[in-house]
Amino acid sequence: MSTQTKTLTKKEALFEYLIRLADDRLILGHRLSEWCGHGPILEEDIALANVSLDYIGHAASLYEYAVEIEGEDRHRDDLVYFRNDVEFKNLKLTELPKGDFGFTIARQFLFASFSYFLYKELSEVDDEQFAGMIKKHLKEVKYHLRHSREWVLRLGDGTEESHERIQNSFDDIWTYVGELFYQDEVDEFLQEHKLAPDTASFKDEWKELVEGSLKEATLEVPDWDQYMVTGSRDGLHTEHLGHLLAEMQHLRRSYPDGNWQ
Amino acid sequence: MTATKSTYNKEDIWELISEVTDPEIPVLTIVDLGIARDVKYEDSTFVIRITPTYSGCPAMQAIEKEIEKKLRLNGIDNFEIKTDFSETWTTDWMTEDAKKRLKEYGIAPPGKTEKVDDFLKSLDSSGDHIPCPYCDSSNTELQSEFGSTACKAQYYCNDCDEPFEHFKCI
Repeated sequence: MSTQTKTLTKKEALFEYLIRLADDRLILGHRLSEWCGHGPILEEDIALANVSLDYIGHAASLYEYAVEIEGEDRHRDDLVYFRNDVEFKNLKLTELPKGDFGFTIARQFLFASFSYFLYKELSEVDDEQFAGMIKKHLKEVKYHLRHSREWVLRLGDGTEESHERIQNSFDDIWTYVGELFYQDEVDEFLQEHKLAPDTASFKDEWKELVEGSLKEATLEVPDWDQYMVTGSRDGLHTEHLGHLLAEMQHLRRSYPDGNWQ
Repeated sequence: MTATKSTYNKEDIWELISEVTDPEIPVLTIVDLGIARDVKYEDSTFVIRITPTYSGCPAMQAIEKEIEKKLRLNGIDNFEIKTDFSETWTTDWMTEDAKKRLKEYGIAPPGKTEKVDDFLKSLDSSGDHIPCPYCDSSNTELQSEFGSTACKAQYYCNDCDEPFEHFKCI
């Protein structure tokens, strides 16, 4: 579905919005799952696997609702396994390779803190099923935020090496944070119908939390006004998404009707 | 397996599903946990409404299968299990008796959720001193926000030197 449609219907806009939210969580969940068995310590291996499960769970319920809204008898798995990279609408931030533990934590913190503010607003939207789902997810997001924030503090205010690595991670990822607040006609349409919040309304609060945490961690806050990437909500991605999808989708595409016996 | 009987009502169904335990925490049933919400009889079908604890909890699938098995073993086929998101599952639904059994089992039970609701203020209190389920000491510390399952955090008791799990407030 093109987001450029002149006469966007409520159904189309909500479907698109749910897909964007779900894609973010599916892709980030997949990235996090790559830590399973490779975590720096056992507790973190388990923690990252649990957060990954949460994200994939959130994505599953969002896709489920999306296909219900669409009403074309598609299964939610079709959206996961049988779409190509240009049809995915996840933020570029979520598809970047997992990097080192510092990079993973920097990304988790930025994404979880943004999700926290977004979900607080989304849990009040004028759609009982959507809002109910989000309320549930919000409770889990709080733990993701607390977990990642504590690691930001520990790594930033830790050894020389941990400080340097997490600082580099924030510097590297910064160009991708602008997209978190990207909005287009889909968002505007849904805002008019009280189905989505204006992300600008909580941007200052979010920045305050991010800056406060980075400073507490003795880290430099990168330049907010630097060049920021765009395009992912229109299906433009980094080279990394194709590789991720190849890995995630190949089994299902090779055996489309395969079943565990 | 209990003997089958020819007619069942809602109360019988509730009683049967009350025997289904959580696969991760076998001392608690899905009724203790508040996962099972209600049973309705609509169009000759028993509609069992359940609500998920954690969105990605793999135990939910196992629980659905257990409910199904329990009912089929009793010769009941006219049922439907519905997952409902309109109510948000919270550890506040856990009965006091369930919390007591949880503690006896070695898992520190959840407190009230008020604190996590006022979230940004609680961001720094990760050193919550959850009482140790073995010796009741509050000289404990958080080791990891996530334990063997998403619903549990890992703590350590500095007095009795035992690691223990805490069922998080959510």
